[in-house]
Amino acid sequence: MSLGFLFITVLVLAVFGYAMGRRKAMSSAGGDMRKLHSLPTFYGWITALGALVPALFVIILWLFAEGFVIHASAVNHIDPADVPADSSVNLMMADVTRLAEGLGALEAKGSDIPALEQDIEAFKTALSDAGVAMGNDPTPSMIAAAHAVRSTAKASRIGLSVVSVILALAGLVWGLRRITPEFRARNATERVSLGLLIAASLIAVLTTVGIVFSLLANTVHFFAIYPATTFFFSPTWDPKFGGGSTLGILPLVWGTLYVSVISLVVAVPIGLFSAIYLAEYASRRVRSVVKPLIEVLAGIPTIVYGLFALITVGPLLRDWIAMPMGFGNSSSTVMTAGLVMGIMIIPFVSSLSDDIINAVPQSLRDGSLGLGATPSETIRQVVIPAALPGIVGAVLLAASRAIGETMIVVLGAGAAAKLSLNPFEAMTTVTVKIVSQLTGDTEFASPETLVAFALGLTLFTFTLGLNVVALVIVRKYREQYE
Amino acid sequence: MSIDPSNAGAVPAPDAPRASHSLFAPDKRTTMRNGQEARFRIYGLVAIVIALLALVWLLFSIFSAGLPAFRQTFIEIPVMLDAAVLDKAGHGDPAEMASVTTIGYGKVIGKALAAEIEAKGIDIGAMTPKDLVGMVSENAAADLRDMVLADPKLLGTTVQFTALANGRIDGYFKGRVTMESAARDNNTSPEKLMLADKLVAAGLMDMRFNPGFVFLPDASDKRPEAAGLGVAIIGSLYMMVVVLCLALPIGVAASVYLEEFAPKNRWTDLIEVNIANLAAVPSIVYGILGLSFFINFAGLPRSASIVGGLVLTLMTLPRIIIPTRAALKAVPPSIRDAALGVGASKLQTVTHHVLPLAMPGVLTGTIIGLAQALGETAPLLLIGMVAFVREYPGAPFTGLFDPASALPVQIYNWTQRGDPGFVERASGAIIVLLAFLIVMNTAAIILRRRYERRW
Repeated sequence: MSLGFLFITVLVLAVFGYAMGRRKAMSSAGGDMRKLHSLPTFYGWITALGALVPALFVIILWLFAEGFVIHASAVNHIDPADVPADSSVNLMMADVTRLAEGLGALEAKGSDIPALEQDIEAFKTALSDAGVAMGNDPTPSMIAAAHAVRSTAKASRIGLSVVSVILALAGLVWGLRRITPEFRARNATERVSLGLLIAASLIAVLTTVGIVFSLLANTVHFFAIYPATTFFFSPTWDPKFGGGSTLGILPLVWGTLYVSVISLVVAVPIGLFSAIYLAEYASRRVRSVVKPLIEVLAGIPTIVYGLFALITVGPLLRDWIAMPMGFGNSSSTVMTAGLVMGIMIIPFVSSLSDDIINAVPQSLRDGSLGLGATPSETIRQVVIPAALPGIVGAVLLAASRAIGETMIVVLGAGAAAKLSLNPFEAMTTVTVKIVSQLTGDTEFASPETLVAFALGLTLFTFTLGLNVVALVIVRKYREQYE
Repeated sequence: MSIDPSNAGAVPAPDAPRASHSLFAPDKRTTMRNGQEARFRIYGLVAIVIALLALVWLLFSIFSAGLPAFRQTFIEIPVMLDAAVLDKAGHGDPAEMASVTTIGYGKVIGKALAAEIEAKGIDIGAMTPKDLVGMVSENAAADLRDMVLADPKLLGTTVQFTALANGRIDGYFKGRVTMESAARDNNTSPEKLMLADKLVAAGLMDMRFNPGFVFLPDASDKRPEAAGLGVAIIGSLYMMVVVLCLALPIGVAASVYLEEFAPKNRWTDLIEVNIANLAAVPSIVYGILGLSFFINFAGLPRSASIVGGLVLTLMTLPRIIIPTRAALKAVPPSIRDAALGVGASKLQTVTHHVLPLAMPGVLTGTIIGLAQALGETAPLLLIGMVAFVREYPGAPFTGLFDPASALPVQIYNWTQRGDPGFVERASGAIIVLLAFLIVMNTAAIILRRRYERRW
């Protein structure tokens, strides 16, 4: 049974359960609703939930476990002698999976698979005709493993269909049998629903756990095969696919900080001054037009900024500033990325600062203006000092945005890892290197790939720290005037 | 005005001339302070103008580079489909005819073009038939082949065939390619461009709206003229459906629990801090999570829209929960009290009264969250959606597991290709992406304006 059909079957059973539950409740009360503990709909709901929830739960768990089981069943078939010296069993499994796909395609075409397998060359051509190109020649043990993959997958799907449908039916029957006029269907429905609500809010926690776990596990793996001192203190980043690479994080951190600082230098004055103007000077009408327009900048996807950096800002800076003044001739530079990223984070600074400036009590302004200060003096000497913690929080949030931003630096800052002061030189950042180390076919055993997780963990810790500090500051500040 | 303390109590000499302080003539210090005030205001205005100019500049640069992508140069010629060339066996059987490759069809098109040029009396100078084939996109031969294989009855007839012009010829009419650059280019020559001018004059070649840009799949990195967004749009659509189906119910359920049911204790506090932090985690970290959990651990296929949808769901969840909670909070407690007072249970209160009243706010937050997810690129790069995909994914539900692309990733992909024609394609794709975003955000604004209640 296909997955979609299975879902629909379970859903239909649940709907059926709803109707049956209602009906049974009414008939058990002899058609008199007053004799029931709860409204008839609740009897329907609890029956439907009984059919739906366990079955869906099992389907989801099964789907996640399936990949694991299939892998385990196939790995045993691979002959260790077949694994090339420069490869690993896990890498072979990628080929096996592809082979299994090819077998599926061949079967769909109605080819005689056992006959084809006798002749490896004919087998390969048949596979590539079916749209599956094999890098290495399939060995007998790989073919056996591929067959194991297919049979396990098939068995798993059948098992899943049987188990979930039986579970749904069992839930349905059990729910129906419980229905008597005295059965407290409303309380039961509420309990189950509350459980579901709690489960939904736990997903957020699980996401964090998943992020931390996947980063930590692979980082530990990385440091087991790569010296931590080199990673943290080496000034060179030189990955070589094939081994012997130097993976120092310093140039990446330098590039990240450089780009972020430039972007903050652009965004903080512009964002802060526009926030001040909008909050203190602008008329209602100007504000209602300008504020959404500035916020449009925050709604534009980062890939758009990336392309803007690539085709417009980069060449412009190169032709008008860098080349005439002899700073360099690259259009992907720290300056390009920093400038464009600065534009992107203007609204983060301005909207948050705007909120915070508005939260400063009017009495402070009135006091200052009453003493004869001009509006600008009031802003500089009363409003801003009062709002300063909040503004610092806003800037920190913007900084964390800038550090975690990916697409602008991928397209605008270049890929060369360098420790240089010249802003018109191409440099690279942590996020760029995560992308470049993890895109394409990856093998999760080499330090060149695993380093991306260590980089990711560094990035995560960094931004999390900034966010927590910023949130604490903003929250403290809010309390101050409440 | 500051007062000199040593002078404060002194009585001025009676005959000394008094400094005149007219209110109509501001003194030096007042002028200075007023000047400061004016300057400060101007700084604010300048900052706003810079921010708005940046927005205008960004949009102008994207639109001016991208709008030409919606128009394309086509050559329209009658093509004689010679059965002797295209179906040597003569059975009209598509399986046998498939042995004629696109090269064979390319020659047919070249011949037809040469014949048409001669019929119109255009001088082609020293150009060879091979040069003539180069006027047409490499994709035209494949299109013609597909057309014939789909309908073998066309063999032996003459059809009016509309072929895409070569990307360089197209670039010439869009100002990307000039005579000087063509002279240095191996893929085209000034003669071809001059011939193109003559073809336009003869009415064989023209530039018109190209729906293929939006609906057709991607093409290889040598044929920007044939690259389209079809697969990317479907992939993005599938992902948005997954995000909507998962993030909306889960997000609403989580917010309802936290806002209406959760006791105030350390656990719920933890969940709340957690959600606030998840909203600020860099999106690429979600990509790492997707790669190591959904692909490596759970064994889901690479570059499938289901994985993209799941990753974007996790990313969008906190962005839906935060506005949903705000919307729930905005429903006044009196509504809840009234419902509980007439005997509704807590769940009934929420589902019958609080949620319907909060729905406009919830939907607004959801649409904005979806719009953000639609433009997200970095996490999708990590789960393998950068792969070159030419086949449309199948129908749902199994189509969710097929390889697909996504709009922002397609844009990224095009920026990485050498041919300058792809810059135009990428910018055009951004216009499509922005159009989707504008529609979604407008819907959100209308929802908010029309249905949101102020209590």
